[in-house]
Amino acid sequence: MSFDIVLRHRIGERTIEIDHHSDASLIAITGPSGCGKTSVLNCVAGLITPDFGKMAVGGRILLDTERNIALPIESRRAGYVFQDARLFPHMRVAANLAYGARLRGTGDASTQGAAIDADAVVDVLDIKGLAERWPATLSGGEIRRVAIARALMSGPDFLLLDEPLASLDKARSVEVLCMIERIQQELGVPMLYVSHDPAEVARLTQSIIKLA
Amino acid sequence: MITALEWSIIALSLKVSLVAITLTMPVAYTLAWVLARRRFPGRFLLDAMVHLPLVVPPVVTGWLLLVLLGRNGPIGSMLDNWFGLTLVFHWTGAAVAASVMALPLMVRAMRLSIDAVDRRLVGAARTLGATPWQAFRTITLPLSLPGILAGAVLGFARSLGEFGATITFASNIPGETRTLPLAIYTGLQVPGAEGAVTRLAIISIILSLTALVVSEWLVRRANGGGAHVL
Repeated sequence: MSFDIVLRHRIGERTIEIDHHSDASLIAITGPSGCGKTSVLNCVAGLITPDFGKMAVGGRILLDTERNIALPIESRRAGYVFQDARLFPHMRVAANLAYGARLRGTGDASTQGAAIDADAVVDVLDIKGLAERWPATLSGGEIRRVAIARALMSGPDFLLLDEPLASLDKARSVEVLCMIERIQQELGVPMLYVSHDPAEVARLTQSIIKLA
Repeated sequence: MITALEWSIIALSLKVSLVAITLTMPVAYTLAWVLARRRFPGRFLLDAMVHLPLVVPPVVTGWLLLVLLGRNGPIGSMLDNWFGLTLVFHWTGAAVAASVMALPLMVRAMRLSIDAVDRRLVGAARTLGATPWQAFRTITLPLSLPGILAGAVLGFARSLGEFGATITFASNIPGETRTLPLAIYTGLQVPGAEGAVTRLAIISIILSLTALVVSEWLVRRANGGGAHVL
């Protein structure tokens, strides 16, 4: 699986510029806060259309502004784990988890996305007991784990993780970090991983996009 | 006690209001969504038009309806020729007048609740594979349900009380367009109807109060203790 990301996007006074090609299964995006790390993920997911961009994941073109190609958000098969989780407040955890799977239909042969087994996800993320709970009743760590599980269960080609350890205490962040490593190793899903913490990034990958 | 005639007035009022609200709901929700979520030239004008019945004297609204929807009006003559539908002097006309008068209140309530739906949740739904329509159906619509109910109830209460536009457009015909407020007004014009006026007035208050309580209950049941209609 490879990531080819070329983009230029202006937000206010700042211009984000990236030209990165890598076969690494996990690419980290780092830089100080406010440098546009989340905007990069939004561009890849299709929530923002950059001024200029060419993006492909595993050779599948998501966006090419020169050729006027832009896959709609729902066709990009990005499993986006937002920094603020964005669990649907009117659905129980089980319905949140099933949301993407239900829309995409599981076992669709055309989806190249790693055939992720729901039971394995529930197992790796240790969320079995949460199915009947409402998002409002979950703790910070639980919310994060459910958000990751929801993204994984939608059958994504790749994951976009936005500061998945933010606002977690020390013990929790170690726990989530271990899970991310397990997901990478056991489920084999490529990831773009946004973080401002050099130590965290160093532990995960050699392939780094630095934004200034 | 309430007489048979008074019961028929109540039934007519409920029929007119229910039909008015049912027909207006989809229109009001669409307008609310467009005003809350879309930016386009002329949006301000659309907003102003929707709110017009709130500030224009109801009699003027009734007169406008008469001009447009009357037998010789541009829309009215079409309805008459093509569908054999006459609104003037007919209970359907009273329902149309009630609809137009209730529209701004319904749009306002629904728009507030659509505004309150976090658009980032819609974005999240899209990344999970939802088309814009699926995201609307599963996220925006259910999360704005309290506003839909609130709008329906406010519109219903407004329809029950509608007077000026109705009497101008649909007239005050017993058994056809004489709804509760018109009947109360008529009763005040003749001596000896004080008892009927009092009964009808009390019923008006009870109906409005019931509508508010029911909607509050519905919203609380749907959204837990924190949600309110008003």
